Amino acid sequence: MCGLCGVILNQHWAEQDGGRRARVFRAALLDRVLDHFGLSLHDWAGAVYVLRDRKGAAAVVHDIGAVWSEAERLLGRPLDPLDAALVAELGR
Amino acid sequence: MKTPVVLVTGFLGSGKTTLISRLLDHPGMGETAVIVNELGEIGIDHHLLRRVDERTVLLASGCVCCVLRGDLVDELRDLLDRRDAGEVPHFGRVVVETTGIADPTPIVMTLLSDPVVRNHYELESVVATVDGVHGLRGPESVKQVAVADRLVITKADIAAPAGRAGLEKQLARLNPTAHARAATFGEVDPDWLFDGAARDPRDLAPGHDRGHRDHDHGVSSGVLFLDEVDWTAFGLWLTMLLQARGQDILRVKGFLDVGGDGPVLVSCVQHAVHPPVHLDEWPDEDRRSRLVFIGRDLDTERLRTSLDAFDRAARQGRT
Repeated sequence: MCGLCGVILNQHWAEQDGGRRARVFRAALLDRVLDHFGLSLHDWAGAVYVLRDRKGAAAVVHDIGAVWSEAERLLGRPLDPLDAALVAELGR
Repeated sequence: MKTPVVLVTGFLGSGKTTLISRLLDHPGMGETAVIVNELGEIGIDHHLLRRVDERTVLLASGCVCCVLRGDLVDELRDLLDRRDAGEVPHFGRVVVETTGIADPTPIVMTLLSDPVVRNHYELESVVATVDGVHGLRGPESVKQVAVADRLVITKADIAAPAGRAGLEKQLARLNPTAHARAATFGEVDPDWLFDGAARDPRDLAPGHDRGHRDHDHGVSSGVLFLDEVDWTAFGLWLTMLLQARGQDILRVKGFLDVGGDGPVLVSCVQHAVHPPVHLDEWPDEDRRSRLVFIGRDLDTERLRTSLDAFDRAARQGRT
Protein backbone atom coordinates (compact mmCIF):
# COMPACT_ATOMS: atom_id res chain seq x y z
CA MET A 1 0.00 0.00 0.00
CA CYS A 2 1.22 3.43 -0.86
CA GLY A 3 2.31 5.89 1.81
CA LEU A 4 -0.57 8.10 0.78
CA CYS A 5 -3.04 5.51 1.82
CA GLY A 6 -1.99 5.20 5.41
CA VAL A 7 -2.61 1.49 5.87
CA ILE A 8 1.03 0.95 6.76
CA LEU A 9 0.92 4.05 8.92
CA ASN A 10 -1.43 3.64 11.87
CA GLN A 11 -3.40 6.76 11.16
CA HIS A 12 -3.36 8.88 8.07
CA TRP A 13 -1.59 12.19 8.63
CA ALA A 14 -4.59 14.17 7.35
CA GLU A 15 -6.93 12.44 9.80
CA GLN A 16 -5.04 13.05 12.99
CA ASP A 17 -7.26 15.91 14.07
CA GLY A 18 -9.47 13.13 15.39
CA GLY A 19 -12.97 13.19 16.73
CA ARG A 20 -16.31 12.24 15.29
CA ARG A 21 -17.24 15.77 14.28
CA ALA A 22 -14.00 16.23 12.37
CA ARG A 23 -14.57 12.97 10.54
CA VAL A 24 -18.15 13.87 9.61
CA PHE A 25 -17.01 17.25 8.35
CA ARG A 26 -14.19 15.67 6.35
CA ALA A 27 -16.56 13.19 4.76
CA ALA A 28 -18.95 15.99 3.78
CA LEU A 29 -16.13 17.97 2.17
CA LEU A 30 -14.87 14.88 0.36
CA ASP A 31 -18.39 14.24 -0.90
CA ARG A 32 -18.67 17.76 -2.22
CA VAL A 33 -15.39 17.45 -4.15
CA LEU A 34 -16.19 13.98 -5.45
CA ASP A 35 -19.64 15.09 -6.59
CA HIS A 36 -17.94 17.16 -9.26
CA PHE A 37 -16.60 13.94 -10.72
CA GLY A 38 -19.90 12.06 -10.52
CA LEU A 39 -18.97 10.17 -7.37
CA SER A 40 -20.34 10.21 -3.85
CA LEU A 41 -18.90 9.33 -0.47
CA HIS A 42 -20.36 8.73 2.93
CA ASP A 43 -18.92 7.78 6.26
CA TRP A 44 -19.98 4.34 7.47
CA ALA A 45 -20.18 4.12 11.25
CA GLY A 46 -17.10 6.25 11.69
CA ALA A 47 -14.98 3.31 10.56
CA VAL A 48 -14.69 3.40 6.77
CA TYR A 49 -15.81 5.47 3.84
CA VAL A 50 -18.10 4.11 1.14
CA LEU A 51 -17.44 5.49 -2.31
CA ARG A 52 -19.99 5.13 -5.13
CA ASP A 53 -20.27 6.07 -8.75
CA ARG A 54 -23.53 6.79 -10.57
CA LYS A 55 -23.63 3.34 -12.16
CA GLY A 56 -23.90 1.67 -8.79
CA ALA A 57 -20.30 0.56 -8.40
CA ALA A 58 -19.08 0.93 -4.83
CA ALA A 59 -15.84 0.63 -2.92
CA VAL A 60 -14.99 0.64 0.76
CA VAL A 61 -11.95 2.72 1.68
CA HIS A 62 -10.23 3.06 5.01
CA ASP A 63 -8.83 6.57 4.92
CA ILE A 64 -8.52 9.78 2.98
CA GLY A 65 -5.42 8.71 1.07
CA ALA A 66 -7.14 5.64 -0.29
CA VAL A 67 -10.17 7.69 -1.34
CA TRP A 68 -8.32 9.26 -4.23
CA SER A 69 -6.74 6.10 -5.60
CA GLU A 70 -10.06 4.27 -5.38
CA ALA A 71 -11.94 7.17 -6.96
CA GLU A 72 -9.35 7.16 -9.73
CA ARG A 73 -9.97 3.45 -10.27
CA LEU A 74 -13.75 3.92 -10.44
CA LEU A 75 -13.45 6.89 -12.74
CA GLY A 76 -10.66 5.56 -14.93
CA ARG A 77 -8.66 8.76 -14.67
CA PRO A 78 -6.93 10.89 -12.02
CA LEU A 79 -8.94 13.47 -10.10
CA ASP A 80 -6.95 16.67 -10.41
CA PRO A 81 -7.49 19.32 -7.71
CA LEU A 82 -6.21 21.91 -10.19
CA ASP A 83 -9.05 21.11 -12.60
CA ALA A 84 -10.37 24.55 -13.57
CA ALA A 85 -14.04 23.52 -13.50
CA LEU A 86 -13.65 21.98 -10.03
CA VAL A 87 -11.87 25.06 -8.74
CA ALA A 88 -14.60 27.33 -10.14
CA GLU A 89 -17.33 25.20 -8.59
CA LEU A 90 -15.74 25.01 -5.14
CA GLY A 91 -14.83 28.67 -5.12
CA ARG A 92 -18.36 29.80 -5.89
CA MET B 1 13.69 8.56 22.23
CA LYS B 2 14.05 7.81 18.54
CA THR B 3 17.46 7.40 16.96
CA PRO B 4 18.10 10.08 14.36
CA VAL B 5 18.96 9.02 10.81
CA VAL B 6 20.91 11.21 8.42
CA LEU B 7 20.65 10.41 4.76
CA VAL B 8 23.68 11.37 2.67
CA THR B 9 23.02 11.47 -1.03
CA GLY B 10 24.81 12.95 -4.03
CA PHE B 11 25.81 12.09 -7.56
CA LEU B 12 28.67 9.79 -8.49
CA GLY B 13 31.99 11.39 -7.62
CA SER B 14 30.45 14.33 -5.81
CA GLY B 15 32.20 13.54 -2.53
CA LYS B 16 29.73 11.63 -0.34
CA THR B 17 32.31 9.15 0.89
CA THR B 18 34.87 11.86 1.58
CA LEU B 19 32.27 13.83 3.52
CA ILE B 20 31.29 10.84 5.65
CA SER B 21 34.91 9.84 6.26
CA ARG B 22 35.76 13.31 7.53
CA LEU B 23 32.63 13.47 9.63
CA LEU B 24 33.50 10.22 11.35
CA ASP B 25 36.83 11.72 12.37
CA HIS B 26 35.10 14.31 14.53
CA PRO B 27 35.11 13.46 18.23
CA GLY B 28 31.37 13.90 18.59
CA MET B 29 30.66 11.33 15.90
CA GLY B 30 31.95 8.35 17.87
CA GLU B 31 28.57 6.75 18.41
CA THR B 32 27.44 6.65 14.81
CA ALA B 33 26.38 3.62 12.80
CA VAL B 34 26.97 3.92 9.06
CA ILE B 35 25.10 2.03 6.37
CA VAL B 36 26.65 2.05 2.90
CA ASN B 37 26.29 0.21 -0.37
CA GLU B 38 29.99 -0.09 -1.00
CA LEU B 39 32.73 -0.89 1.46
CA GLY B 40 36.35 -0.02 1.18
CA GLU B 41 36.66 3.73 1.10
CA ILE B 42 35.38 4.88 4.46
CA GLY B 43 37.72 4.84 7.43
CA ILE B 44 35.98 2.51 9.85
CA ASP B 45 38.36 1.94 12.73
CA HIS B 46 36.05 2.75 15.60
CA HIS B 47 32.75 2.97 13.85
CA LEU B 48 29.94 0.62 13.26
CA LEU B 49 29.83 0.15 9.51
CA ARG B 50 27.30 -2.03 7.73
CA ARG B 51 27.01 -2.75 4.05
CA VAL B 52 23.70 -3.48 2.35
CA ASP B 53 22.73 -4.65 -1.11
CA GLU B 54 19.97 -2.42 -2.31
CA ARG B 55 16.74 -4.36 -2.43
CA THR B 56 13.52 -2.55 -3.12
CA VAL B 57 9.98 -3.71 -2.50
CA LEU B 58 7.32 -2.15 -4.67
CA LEU B 59 4.27 -1.16 -2.69
CA ALA B 60 0.84 -2.29 -3.84
CA SER B 61 0.00 1.06 -5.40
CA GLY B 62 2.70 0.51 -8.00
CA CYS B 63 3.77 4.13 -7.81
CA VAL B 64 7.43 4.64 -8.69
CA CYS B 65 8.28 6.53 -5.51
CA CYS B 66 6.32 4.20 -3.23
CA VAL B 67 8.92 1.52 -2.83
CA LEU B 68 10.45 0.38 0.42
CA ARG B 69 14.09 -0.43 0.81
CA GLY B 70 13.74 -3.93 2.21
CA ASP B 71 17.47 -4.18 2.80
CA LEU B 72 17.42 -1.02 4.88
CA VAL B 73 14.46 -2.18 6.95
CA ASP B 74 16.29 -5.43 7.74
CA GLU B 75 19.49 -3.62 8.58
CA LEU B 76 17.90 -0.98 10.80
CA ARG B 77 15.89 -3.62 12.67
CA ASP B 78 18.98 -5.80 13.07
CA LEU B 79 20.96 -2.86 14.44
CA LEU B 80 18.25 -2.25 17.03
CA ASP B 81 18.22 -5.88 18.11
CA ARG B 82 22.00 -6.03 18.36
CA ARG B 83 22.24 -2.75 20.22
CA ASP B 84 19.65 -3.92 22.74
CA ALA B 85 21.48 -7.22 23.14
CA GLY B 86 24.81 -5.44 23.59
CA GLU B 87 26.24 -7.21 20.55
CA VAL B 88 27.30 -3.98 18.83
CA PRO B 89 28.68 -0.75 20.29
CA HIS B 90 26.04 1.73 21.38
CA PHE B 91 25.12 4.19 18.65
CA GLY B 92 23.11 7.36 18.89
CA ARG B 93 22.80 8.19 15.22
CA VAL B 94 22.70 6.36 11.90
CA VAL B 95 24.17 7.70 8.67
CA VAL B 96 22.86 6.12 5.48
CA GLU B 97 24.85 6.70 2.31
CA THR B 98 23.01 6.22 -0.96
CA THR B 99 24.57 5.20 -4.24
CA GLY B 100 25.38 8.03 -6.62
CA ILE B 101 22.44 7.52 -8.90
CA ALA B 102 19.99 6.60 -6.17
CA ASP B 103 16.66 8.28 -5.74
CA PRO B 104 16.53 9.12 -2.01
CA THR B 105 12.73 9.03 -1.90
CA PRO B 106 12.38 5.27 -1.19
CA ILE B 107 14.62 5.68 1.85
CA VAL B 108 12.44 8.49 3.17
CA MET B 109 9.39 6.33 2.45
CA THR B 110 10.99 3.42 4.30
CA LEU B 111 11.70 5.49 7.40
CA LEU B 112 8.12 6.76 7.47
CA SER B 113 6.34 3.55 6.59
CA ASP B 114 7.84 0.50 8.21
CA PRO B 115 6.11 0.21 11.60
CA VAL B 116 9.17 -0.90 13.57
CA VAL B 117 11.57 1.47 11.85
CA ARG B 118 9.37 4.53 12.24
CA ASN B 119 8.84 3.82 15.93
CA HIS B 120 12.56 3.64 16.66
CA TYR B 121 14.16 5.96 14.12
CA GLU B 122 13.40 9.39 12.73
CA LEU B 123 14.81 11.12 9.69
CA GLU B 124 16.91 13.97 11.01
CA SER B 125 18.00 15.46 7.73
CA VAL B 126 18.87 14.74 4.13
CA VAL B 127 22.32 15.92 3.08
CA ALA B 128 23.20 16.14 -0.61
CA THR B 129 26.72 16.64 -1.90
CA VAL B 130 27.06 18.63 -5.10
CA ASP B 131 30.23 18.60 -7.17
CA GLY B 132 31.60 22.15 -6.99
CA VAL B 133 33.43 21.73 -10.30
CA HIS B 134 30.92 19.86 -12.44
CA GLY B 135 27.70 21.05 -10.80
CA LEU B 136 24.44 19.20 -11.20
CA ARG B 137 24.68 16.22 -13.49
CA GLY B 138 21.44 14.81 -14.75
CA PRO B 139 17.97 14.49 -13.34
CA GLU B 140 19.17 12.23 -10.51
CA SER B 141 21.31 14.94 -8.96
CA VAL B 142 18.57 17.54 -9.44
CA LYS B 143 16.19 15.32 -7.48
CA GLN B 144 18.77 14.68 -4.78
CA VAL B 145 19.13 18.43 -4.31
CA ALA B 146 15.37 18.93 -4.35
CA VAL B 147 14.78 16.64 -1.37
CA ALA B 148 17.79 17.81 0.68
CA ASP B 149 17.81 19.88 3.87
CA ARG B 150 21.55 20.54 3.65
CA LEU B 151 23.69 20.99 0.55
CA VAL B 152 27.45 20.54 0.66
CA ILE B 153 29.23 22.01 -2.35
CA THR B 154 32.38 19.93 -2.59
CA LYS B 155 35.82 20.55 -4.10
CA ALA B 156 35.71 24.18 -3.02
CA ASP B 157 39.50 24.38 -3.34
CA ILE B 158 39.54 23.69 -7.08
CA ALA B 159 36.22 25.14 -8.20
CA ALA B 160 36.43 28.42 -10.08
CA PRO B 161 34.88 31.22 -7.95
CA ALA B 162 32.57 32.38 -10.72
CA GLY B 163 31.37 28.85 -11.38
CA ARG B 164 30.78 28.22 -7.71
CA ALA B 165 28.82 31.43 -7.30
CA GLY B 166 26.63 30.42 -10.24
CA LEU B 167 26.12 26.97 -8.75
CA GLU B 168 25.12 28.44 -5.39
CA LYS B 169 22.50 30.60 -7.11
CA GLN B 170 21.24 27.62 -9.07
CA LEU B 171 20.89 25.54 -5.90
CA ALA B 172 19.08 28.37 -4.10
CA ARG B 173 16.64 28.61 -6.99
CA LEU B 174 16.12 24.89 -7.09
CA ASN B 175 15.69 24.30 -3.37
CA PRO B 176 15.13 27.48 -1.38
CA THR B 177 14.48 25.49 1.81
CA ALA B 178 18.00 24.03 2.00
CA HIS B 179 21.08 25.59 3.53
CA ALA B 180 24.21 25.30 1.37
CA ARG B 181 27.85 25.39 2.39
CA ALA B 182 31.09 24.90 0.48
CA ALA B 183 33.61 22.33 1.66
CA THR B 184 37.13 21.21 0.86
CA PHE B 185 37.97 17.53 1.35
CA GLY B 186 34.64 17.02 3.09
CA GLU B 187 35.45 19.30 6.00
CA VAL B 188 32.10 20.42 7.38
CA ASP B 189 31.07 21.19 10.94
CA PRO B 190 28.85 18.27 12.08
CA ASP B 191 26.73 20.67 14.15
CA TRP B 192 25.78 22.47 10.98
CA LEU B 193 24.84 19.25 9.24
CA PHE B 194 22.98 17.65 12.10
CA ASP B 195 21.14 20.40 13.88
CA GLY B 196 18.07 19.04 12.17
CA ALA B 197 16.56 22.30 11.06
CA ALA B 198 16.06 23.21 7.45
CA ARG B 199 15.95 26.82 6.41
CA ASP B 200 12.96 28.54 7.86
CA PRO B 201 10.57 28.99 4.93
CA ARG B 202 9.47 32.22 6.55
CA ASP B 203 12.78 33.76 5.54
CA LEU B 204 11.77 33.55 1.93
CA ALA B 205 10.88 36.64 0.01
CA PRO B 206 7.28 36.72 -1.15
CA GLY B 207 6.03 36.45 -4.68
CA HIS B 208 8.73 34.61 -6.47
CA ASP B 209 8.85 31.59 -8.70
CA ARG B 210 12.31 30.21 -8.79
CA GLY B 211 14.15 27.89 -11.10
CA HIS B 212 15.17 27.87 -14.70
CA ARG B 213 13.42 24.90 -16.15
CA ASP B 214 15.78 24.62 -19.12
CA HIS B 215 18.82 24.23 -16.91
CA ASP B 216 17.41 22.20 -14.06
CA HIS B 217 15.85 19.34 -16.00
CA GLY B 218 12.41 20.87 -15.87
CA VAL B 219 12.45 21.29 -12.09
CA SER B 220 11.61 24.61 -10.49
CA SER B 221 10.47 25.89 -7.12
CA GLY B 222 7.85 28.32 -5.97
CA VAL B 223 6.55 29.67 -2.70
CA LEU B 224 2.91 30.10 -1.74
CA PHE B 225 2.10 32.76 0.83
CA LEU B 226 -1.31 32.28 2.34
CA ASP B 227 -3.50 33.48 5.16
CA GLU B 228 -5.11 31.09 7.61
CA VAL B 229 -5.97 27.77 5.99
CA ASP B 230 -8.63 25.28 7.08
CA TRP B 231 -6.67 22.18 8.11
CA THR B 232 -9.29 19.70 6.87
CA ALA B 233 -9.39 21.44 3.50
CA PHE B 234 -5.61 21.44 3.30
CA GLY B 235 -5.29 17.75 4.14
CA LEU B 236 -7.88 16.86 1.57
CA TRP B 237 -6.31 19.11 -1.07
CA LEU B 238 -2.74 17.91 -0.52
CA THR B 239 -3.62 14.22 -0.53
CA MET B 240 -5.57 14.73 -3.74
CA LEU B 241 -2.77 16.76 -5.30
CA LEU B 242 -0.14 14.16 -4.43
CA GLN B 243 -2.29 11.37 -5.81
CA ALA B 244 -2.78 13.22 -9.09
CA ARG B 245 0.62 14.87 -9.46
CA GLY B 246 2.91 13.22 -6.91
CA GLN B 247 5.36 12.16 -9.58
CA ASP B 248 5.97 15.79 -10.48
CA ILE B 249 5.90 17.31 -7.00
CA LEU B 250 9.27 16.44 -5.54
CA ARG B 251 8.99 18.38 -2.31
CA VAL B 252 6.55 20.41 -0.24
CA LYS B 253 7.72 22.13 2.88
CA GLY B 254 6.57 25.00 5.02
CA PHE B 255 4.50 26.44 7.82
CA LEU B 256 0.75 26.59 7.77
CA ASP B 257 -1.44 28.86 9.86
CA VAL B 258 -4.45 26.73 10.78
CA GLY B 259 -5.79 29.11 13.39
CA GLY B 260 -4.00 27.71 16.42
CA ASP B 261 -1.43 29.37 18.65
CA GLY B 262 1.40 28.05 16.48
CA PRO B 263 1.75 26.87 12.89
CA VAL B 264 1.76 23.35 11.52
CA LEU B 265 5.05 22.24 9.99
CA VAL B 266 4.36 20.41 6.74
CA SER B 267 7.01 18.37 4.92
CA CYS B 268 6.75 15.77 2.21
CA VAL B 269 8.96 14.16 -0.40
CA GLN B 270 6.77 13.05 -3.29
CA HIS B 271 4.24 10.67 -1.69
CA ALA B 272 6.21 10.34 1.55
CA VAL B 273 4.51 12.72 3.97
CA HIS B 274 6.12 13.38 7.34
CA PRO B 275 3.59 13.47 10.16
CA PRO B 276 2.63 17.17 10.47
CA VAL B 277 4.03 18.84 13.58
CA HIS B 278 1.83 21.31 15.44
CA LEU B 279 4.15 23.91 16.94
CA ASP B 280 3.25 25.70 20.16
CA GLU B 281 4.04 29.15 18.87
CA TRP B 282 5.21 31.13 15.88
CA PRO B 283 8.88 32.05 15.83
CA ASP B 284 8.06 35.72 15.19
CA GLU B 285 5.23 38.14 14.57
CA ASP B 286 4.76 37.22 10.92
CA ARG B 287 2.03 34.60 10.88
CA ARG B 288 1.56 34.06 7.19
CA SER B 289 1.46 30.51 5.94
CA ARG B 290 4.38 29.71 3.64
CA LEU B 291 4.68 26.62 1.53
CA VAL B 292 7.59 25.84 -0.77
CA PHE B 293 6.86 23.57 -3.73
CA ILE B 294 9.65 21.99 -5.75
CA GLY B 295 8.74 20.04 -8.85
CA ARG B 296 8.15 19.81 -12.55
CA ASP B 297 5.62 21.95 -14.41
CA LEU B 298 4.82 23.95 -11.30
CA ASP B 299 2.37 26.81 -11.54
CA THR B 300 2.14 28.31 -8.08
CA GLU B 301 -0.75 30.56 -9.05
CA ARG B 302 -2.83 27.53 -10.05
CA LEU B 303 -1.88 25.85 -6.79
CA ARG B 304 -2.94 28.91 -4.82
CA THR B 305 -6.25 29.31 -6.66
CA SER B 306 -7.05 25.64 -6.15
CA LEU B 307 -6.17 25.62 -2.44
CA ASP B 308 -8.16 28.83 -1.95
CA ALA B 309 -11.19 27.17 -3.52
CA PHE B 310 -10.93 24.13 -1.24
CA ASP B 311 -10.50 26.40 1.75
CA ARG B 312 -13.56 28.43 0.79
CA ALA B 313 -15.64 25.30 0.35
CA ALA B 314 -14.61 24.15 3.83
CA ARG B 315 -15.51 27.47 5.41
CA GLN B 316 -18.90 27.45 3.70
CA GLY B 317 -19.44 23.96 5.07
CA ARG B 318 -18.69 25.10 8.61
CA THR B 319 -21.24 27.91 8.57
